[in-house]
Amino acid sequence: MGHRIAVTINGQRYEAEVEPRLLLVHFIREVAGLTGTHIGCDTTSCGACTVILNGKPIKSCTMFAVQADGCEIRTVEGLAQNGELHPIQKAFWECHGLQCGYCTPGMLMAGVALLERNPNPTEEEVRRAISGNLCRCTGYQNIVKSILRAAEMMREGAGVASGSPVGSGSPAQ
Amino acid sequence: MIPAAFEYVAPRSVAEAVALLRQHSYDAKVIAGGQSLIPMMRFRMAQPRVLVDIGRIPGLDYLREEDGFLRIGALVRHATMEHSPLIQERYPLLAATARVVADPLVRNLGTVAGSLVHADPAGDWAAALMAARAQVVAAGPDGERVIGIDDFLVDTFTTALEPDELVVEVRVPIPGPRTGGDYQKIERKVGDFATAAVAVQVTLDEAGRCQQAGIGLCAVGPITLRATAAEEALVGQPLDEATIRKAAALAAEAAQPTSDLRGSAEYKRDMVRVLTLRALRNAAA
Repeated sequence: MGHRIAVTINGQRYEAEVEPRLLLVHFIREVAGLTGTHIGCDTTSCGACTVILNGKPIKSCTMFAVQADGCEIRTVEGLAQNGELHPIQKAFWECHGLQCGYCTPGMLMAGVALLERNPNPTEEEVRRAISGNLCRCTGYQNIVKSILRAAEMMREGAGVASGSPVGSGSPAQ
Repeated sequence: MIPAAFEYVAPRSVAEAVALLRQHSYDAKVIAGGQSLIPMMRFRMAQPRVLVDIGRIPGLDYLREEDGFLRIGALVRHATMEHSPLIQERYPLLAATARVVADPLVRNLGTVAGSLVHADPAGDWAAALMAARAQVVAAGPDGERVIGIDDFLVDTFTTALEPDELVVEVRVPIPGPRTGGDYQKIERKVGDFATAAVAVQVTLDEAGRCQQAGIGLCAVGPITLRATAAEEALVGQPLDEATIRKAAALAAEAAQPTSDLRGSAEYKRDMVRVLTLRALRNAAA
């Protein structure tokens, strides 16, 4: 039996009739067509499917789409604004925060969620925040550097008037 | 790995949820955070015909002290415990546990009550709540009943809940002054089940002697274990090194570990001793 649900992803509303067993990650990829969110492990282990749901990073492979009915979701596609990369994307670029790129969307979303809650994290706090995200290239050193660099860039950006550095989504907490 | 098909219902009240559980009995399964249930459904180890989503019931996400208890509503997430100033200031055992449950992403969805109801012997909360002598409040067709945690946890993945009962709250007695606690866990990596873990809560009297002690053992038996002899060895004693060492040895004796990929039974038993030592030293400090 289908359930009619409505989910807002990156500010856009998606409505669909879904089977209850449809996982949120499949809704995002196949119904909304946003394939930036990856499926890595299928076992709640890797965090490649991390999205921000109502301000908090979660594993979208471990939630049914029906549970997300009425929720606000942000995915990697929502980071860049008006063709300009989000500071965290620039920082990953600058600090070589990715190798194969498979874990990157999840790392970016976990990183953004951390920086919105804590604009000035310690290295230890960054490591803790991404401890649910696996990088199969083991590129963690540069991922941590990238998130710390993004924090710097976002703090600098917050000081000037030109636009919000934290994207357009719902506030954390 | 796609779960088997099921019917989905999202009741808006506890009474409605209980009525649904009464109607569907063993065919139904309650989902809150779903961080254990969804993986089990994906592996088809669980194939409920009806999924009762309590996530939309208002008023079940409270976390507050009242009438002598810390009251944890059924929808309180691990992350809520982790970030709560109340927990950080007054409940060192629960704070230490919340930091190491699964990983930060899972902690944003999974619930304390759900973890307890899942009754996985490797569940962190069960051991911590056993050490804290928690109680479980279950709502059923005839109203609510309160179940002590030792009676609640019956066997592997088995609790004292009836099929038409829903856990609405977990209660922890507010600890007296001079209470310390800690949770010590060994895991291969963040997010893996514990190789072994030990939860400790101790309350001292004014003379510095142990008045009350709770020790719960995680992942070293078919069920969460209480290290009763170790607790008894602490009560009435000052928490000096000799007493702590004796209790740690008794806790290791209480463990019933089995050998698996995470370690040999012998190793895990010795880790119970080491973790109990560390937890008691921290709790007494």
